Amino acid sequence: MHKEFLMGNEAIALGAIAAGVKLVAGYPGTPSTEVLETVAKRNPGNIHVEWSVNEKAAMEVAAGAAYSGARAMVTMKQVGLNVASDPLMSLEYVGVKGGMVVMVADDPGPISSQTEQDTRTFAMFAKVPVFDPTSVSEAYEMIQEAFDFSEKYGTPVFFRCTTRVDHGYEAITVKDAGEYRETTAEGFVKDSSRWVIFPRLSLKNHGLIEKRNRDLTAVLSEYPRNEIQRENGRYGKDSDRKGIASHGISYMYTLDSVDSENHVRLLKVATPFPFPEELALRFLDGLDEVLCIEELDPVIERALLQICGKHHLSVKIHGKLTGDIASAGENTLLSVSRAIHSFLGLEEVPMPAAPDVPLPVRPPVLCAGCPHRASFYAVKQAMKGRKTIYCGDIGCYTLGNAMPLDMCDTCLCMGAGINIAQGVGHLDKETKCFAFVGDSTFFAAGITGVVNAFYNQADMTLVILDNSTTAMTGHQPHPGTGRTVMGQVVEKVSIEKVLRAIGLTTVETVNPLDYEIARDTIKRVAEEPGVKAVIFRSPCIAMTKPAGRSTVDAETCIGCRKCIRELGCPALIIKDERAFIDASLCTGCTLCEQVCPVGAIGGGKKNEE
Amino acid sequence: MKNKNIILCGVGGQGTILASKLMAAAAMKRGIEVKTAETIGMAQRGGSVFSHVRLGKDLYSPMIAPGKADIIIGFEPAEAVRHLPFLKDGGTVVVSSCPILPVSALIGTSSYPLEEVLQYLKEKTENLILIDSEAAAKNLGSAKVLNMLLLGAAVRTGELGFEVEDIRTAMREKVPAKFHDLNEKALMYTEEKGIS
Repeated sequence: MHKEFLMGNEAIALGAIAAGVKLVAGYPGTPSTEVLETVAKRNPGNIHVEWSVNEKAAMEVAAGAAYSGARAMVTMKQVGLNVASDPLMSLEYVGVKGGMVVMVADDPGPISSQTEQDTRTFAMFAKVPVFDPTSVSEAYEMIQEAFDFSEKYGTPVFFRCTTRVDHGYEAITVKDAGEYRETTAEGFVKDSSRWVIFPRLSLKNHGLIEKRNRDLTAVLSEYPRNEIQRENGRYGKDSDRKGIASHGISYMYTLDSVDSENHVRLLKVATPFPFPEELALRFLDGLDEVLCIEELDPVIERALLQICGKHHLSVKIHGKLTGDIASAGENTLLSVSRAIHSFLGLEEVPMPAAPDVPLPVRPPVLCAGCPHRASFYAVKQAMKGRKTIYCGDIGCYTLGNAMPLDMCDTCLCMGAGINIAQGVGHLDKETKCFAFVGDSTFFAAGITGVVNAFYNQADMTLVILDNSTTAMTGHQPHPGTGRTVMGQVVEKVSIEKVLRAIGLTTVETVNPLDYEIARDTIKRVAEEPGVKAVIFRSPCIAMTKPAGRSTVDAETCIGCRKCIRELGCPALIIKDERAFIDASLCTGCTLCEQVCPVGAIGGGKKNEE
Repeated sequence: MKNKNIILCGVGGQGTILASKLMAAAAMKRGIEVKTAETIGMAQRGGSVFSHVRLGKDLYSPMIAPGKADIIIGFEPAEAVRHLPFLKDGGTVVVSSCPILPVSALIGTSSYPLEEVLQYLKEKTENLILIDSEAAAKNLGSAKVLNMLLLGAAVRTGELGFEVEDIRTAMREKVPAKFHDLNEKALMYTEEKGIS
């Protein structure tokens, strides 16, 4: 054993390694990404690790390993689970042989996501048991227990965290390599009555799963991480008999908020499904009121209401359904302590006053020198005065929606833009329909959309923003990069060849930093009928070193601000009424040099791949 | 040691994360329990970012409640003001006086009244250490060591609970050797210039 200062996601990875995991697959997505990256980094050498092309592929690859008796893990963010839901729903009916953990990171807030969906609710829907840790140290231990549990009951299990556990850091004690569990896999053994899902097998297994989950409520009531704390304390003030039920980081906020003087009884729920019913009955015994402090869905609250109904208990359950806890957004120490003080009838915790000085808003922006800026600018200028729709997608380039670019009219989910553009176009022949998609998203969820467009006679321009990496989540490799997370150099999948194989005849590749060529290519291509593609290829600025930075000649600059107004590059600022370039941010992309009407900017040197 | 709550805040890309890692490493060396939390993800692209660092005993969540921070280390003045509600009464603020104008302010969709922001900091903070990081960067020959510059000033307030030597040792372990001298110069800059 030794001590390490670890991010929650790193602890989960090391826990999985210690549990003898043999295959880990996933698709990047905040706040889940570091789990798989850490397994790759700390791989003792006997684990197959891969960034799969998307979450559905990852789930199926992991299922194959678990069918073979190996311990397997699949990692994704909550919306990735939607992509992987098809295999998972069926996999629960089929079951697994080796332990299989589905690690899903939820994003209350949401901070970097499209939805505030709750994997605990998904777990109930999929009938899959779910583990929900409260801290980094607990996550390390719990993931190992999740593998044991999965193997014991022959079911995949969810291991679900939220941002503050995934991205929290703690100094924790972890196992040395010699202490890792040794696991073996016998390999796939043919048995079509087990591995081939047919209606008869589904019916039989459905019954077994429902019975197992009912039985598990008693089993999980004995699981030590589901626990009652301060069981024998007085509850609240003298006459009150009150308890608080919570989970995840909200449980830690609760512990930070209740001091030793409020002897309120606490229920910590580590497995929200199947719910530890017998334990909950002990918790409810003798209480008049319970406050459920949860993030995302009121899962514990509903379970307690159900138990109260089933057992005719007259306990008032407070939470999201009663408006005592906000129904949307992230909990904070402040919101939790305010709710607790109100529930216990203690002195109100005041809201801190916001600073009464105007502060600039500071949303995330495309980096200085980002090639996406040049791509958006080229299309915007090429289509000036035309009726257009710009369908965006998921990635850094969603930030193209901000002023002054304003080049993202729709954004729904991975790969959706390509299909939305078709739907818009079928109803309005006058509108020039564009879909922007990144290289990683193209491989993950874009190809079927292009096939659909081509087959169903759409009229659209597909713009692929190829920066040769998965930038938003921290530069993971993908099929177009020619390398894997295990460090192998492999044949690249060519986007051009894929598009041509589908049948597209116009597929042009341009460096977006060559502004006039980029703009004129779009002008020309957009007029062609049918489905056509322009690939804007230039590497992400975080992957290359600047070759030369641009500077403004203050004598020549006329202070028109066109560069600032039209590009919105964070390196371009105003100094003494003239444009000025922050040398620490500039990458020398030269876009501003090409946009300046008086040629006042020079010295940049754009990166060639 | 008394428990310490430290907040670092700034703009994505300024180096807050390394600074919080160095503090955590320094704390661990001293056998002090440490928990941290920070912004990771989309906001790192030039948005507002923060790190919470908690040191001491009986810590549960890695987050700090409003009014509970002993010290705020602001990498940018407006971001320091944004986090001021977290500062305890009588708390300390170490802050760079050099603003980073967001694109929104440059194209006129939001405003950045720097003088008002600095004035507000002066009025609302009992212990304010304002650091001219632009001058320091010229002097040091690099703007990339803002984190060490501010850590050096913060450690000298005594509010971090460890010594400059602890930070130096942690830096030498975490930062590539070719940057050691520059980082050390930045760490010692405020002491040498007598800024406090």
